[in-house]
Formats: sequence, structure tokens, C-alpha cells
Amino acid sequence: MFSRNLFGCLLLALAFNATAAEFEVGQKDKQFSMSSLKIKAGDTVNFVNQDPFFHNVFSLSDVKTFDLGSYPQGQGRKMTFNEPGVVEVECAIHSQMKLVIEVTK
Amino acid sequence: MSTDRRLILFGRTLLVAGMLGLMVGAGMAATGKPDPYRRPAMVPAPADNSITPARVELGKMLFFDPRLSGSQWISCASCHNPALGWSDGLPTAIGVGMKKLPRRTPTILNVAYNTVFMWDGRAASLEDQAVGPIKNRDEMDQDMEILVERLVAIPGYAAAFERAYPGEGITEKTIAKALASFERTVVSAESPFDRWRAGNEKAVDESAKRGFKLFTGKAKCDVCHEGGNFTDNGFHNIGLKTPKGMSEDVGRYAQRKVKINKGAFKTSTLRDVELTAPYMHNGIYQTLEEVLDHYDRGGDVKDNLDPNMEPLNLTAQEKQDLLAFLRSLTGKPVHVMIPQLPR
Repeated sequence: MFSRNLFGCLLLALAFNATAAEFEVGQKDKQFSMSSLKIKAGDTVNFVNQDPFFHNVFSLSDVKTFDLGSYPQGQGRKMTFNEPGVVEVECAIHSQMKLVIEVTK
Repeated sequence: MSTDRRLILFGRTLLVAGMLGLMVGAGMAATGKPDPYRRPAMVPAPADNSITPARVELGKMLFFDPRLSGSQWISCASCHNPALGWSDGLPTAIGVGMKKLPRRTPTILNVAYNTVFMWDGRAASLEDQAVGPIKNRDEMDQDMEILVERLVAIPGYAAAFERAYPGEGITEKTIAKALASFERTVVSAESPFDRWRAGNEKAVDESAKRGFKLFTGKAKCDVCHEGGNFTDNGFHNIGLKTPKGMSEDVGRYAQRKVKINKGAFKTSTLRDVELTAPYMHNGIYQTLEEVLDHYDRGGDVKDNLDPNMEPLNLTAQEKQDLLAFLRSLTGKPVHVMIPQLPR
């Protein structure tokens, strides 16, 4: 019984991973590489700094509040979005950098 | 080579030279891309508040009118004094009842080009910003309803509002729009740096040219002070000490509670920077030399320091060159006519 449940969990996890996708958003010339992005719950976004100075990524949206901190050129930081809704993403250093992520079920 | 062929080549050379001249004159770099340091040619304005002479005239009267304050003796120009680089020359501002305020009065020079307003970015538009200090209890301490009643009772204002905003009346919104329209005309004039970028090699000396190279190179100033208005409209904690007697100021953090924003303040323009001492949000430095020494040290307070800040190891000559460059950003003097106020 125990092994059957474990097998079921593994299958579920595999199925979940098979459908979850990863997206990349660049930070270049003090802009996000897109102004909006549609993803599904469970998907991951990798925010990659392509500018020769530090960027930050954060959101204070009710659906998802996070702060990925600040990091230099060439580095990326990932965030997985599990809850559906609209997430407004910004750079704390450069206030004109804005991205809206729409997370659907 | 035939004479015709030589003439064609000569003509082509002239054409290319002429095109290059036009490009430089139009603020184009030799690469064909627009010069990112070109002084902005146009002043942006929102669609619902385009700049007109009537709006600017009204906004100017309001800007210099002390009746906008609760006490009726503080005007916008009391702190944003055109004779002091549109600031007040003080380390930090003085508000209602001679109260010493915690931050320096920022210049309004070139505020038209900003995308976010106030030291902590709490105003999203120049219209929002314009009425902020009027309503602030520590600054002009004015009740907007009382202000509207006061202005409505002055016939000269009624006519000026009708010319500027026909049918919209005298409201908080039209007061804000008129003030913003005037502020959009307060832009710095052409500087030696601009003439140099346009192709006049004699407009600045060799020291200033070396300074600009340092500015965009070893000293990394352009990481924040970028573009034609020399600001990224961003927020940075540059490791300033808190002057004695003043409380620690969290800056942008009060608006966006993200760790990096603690102690971060908006990047100021550098145009006419020579005219806008003292410097920094808390007015801690009286001279540009002190400012350069601060950046050369990589800041003083390391807690939550912007990661772009680090010691620069500038030589004495390099600091002189940077100073020469910064002084080359001073525009031609702009003469300001003080308006007669309606009574």
C-alpha cells in the first residue's frame, strides 16, 4: 500500500514537471526584455541581467511577493509562480523597469 | 583616373562629410546612432496637459505666489529659488514655522525629463509632485479647498485659469497642471559640453574631455548619471553618513519595502550641478570636491550599500579632470522674469 502511494506521488510529480515550463526574461538597457508575459501556474521565470551593472527583481503583488535581491551582469535568478493571478514585477533600482506576469491555472 | 571620375569621388566625399556634419549637428554620433548624452531637444508633456503659453504664464504666477501656502508667505519659489539654481542653497529645507526639514530642496531644473519625482519617488507625475509640497503639513501647509476659494476670489486668476484651461475652472487639478506646465519650462540651457558633443572641439578643454572619459569609464559615474539629463531616474544607497542631529532616513524604502531601497534616494541630474550646492539628499557636502572624494572612497556607510559602489582609486589629476567635466555641464545663464501677481 505504502509503495503504491509512493509510486502515485512520483507519477504526479513527473506529470507536474512535464507540464511546467521555464521562461527567460532579460534585463537589458534598463528594461525588461518584454513588458508582459503569460505563464501557467507552476512555471518558472529566470530573470537574467544582461547589463554591465547591478539589477534587482522584486514584486509586492498580493499574488506573489518576492525579492530576488541584486545581482551583476551574466547572472540570473529564478522564481516559480504557483498561484494564478497578475504579478507586477519591478527593479528596485530602476523604477521604469516594469513587467506584468499573468499566471493562469 | 579620368577628370569625371575624380569629380564624382570628390562629390561623394563632400556628401559623406556633409552627412557627418548634419549627423553631429543633429546630435548623432559618428556610428549613426543618436548621441545618448545629447541635451533633450523636446520637453515631454502628458496628452491632457500639453504646454501652452497661457498655461505656462498661469503656472509661473502660481509658482511665485505666497498665497498658495497656509501662511500666505511661502511660495514654491521660496525654496526653489531661480537665483540659487532653483533650490535654496541650504543643507536641508526650511518649512512652515521655520521648521528644519530632513531633506535638501531638490532643484526643479530639468524636472520635465524625470519619470519619477521627489527624493523617494513618491510622486508618479509632475502634476502629482506640484501640489505635494503645498498640501504637506511641514512645507506649505495649505488646505486645497481654502486655496481654491482664495484663488476664485481673485479676478485676475479667474481669467488666467479660463485662458489656460477653458471650462475646467479653478480646481486642485488645474492648479497642479498649471504648476507642472511652468516647471516643464525650467530647463538648463546649452552648455560647453553640449557644444563639444555637437562637434566644437574648442568648447571644452582637454581636462574636461579626460573627465568625461573617466565619467563613463574608470569612475563609473554613468552607471547612474546617464543620458542627456545625467540621471537613470533610479534609486541608490550611496553610503552617506547621517549628519549630526538628523534621524536616519530610509528614503525609497518608505514607498517600496524592498531591502535594497533602505537608504536609497533618487539620482539627481548633473546639468548645472555647479549651481546647485550643497549636495546629496541630506545636504552633507558643500562642494563638488567633497562629492568626488565620497565616491572615490566608495561611500562611508557600508550597510545596504548599492552594489555598484566601490573605491575608485582616483588620482588628484583625475579628480581635477572630473571636476572640469562637471563644470562643463553648466548652461548659459537663463534670465527669469518675475511675474506681477493678480490682486
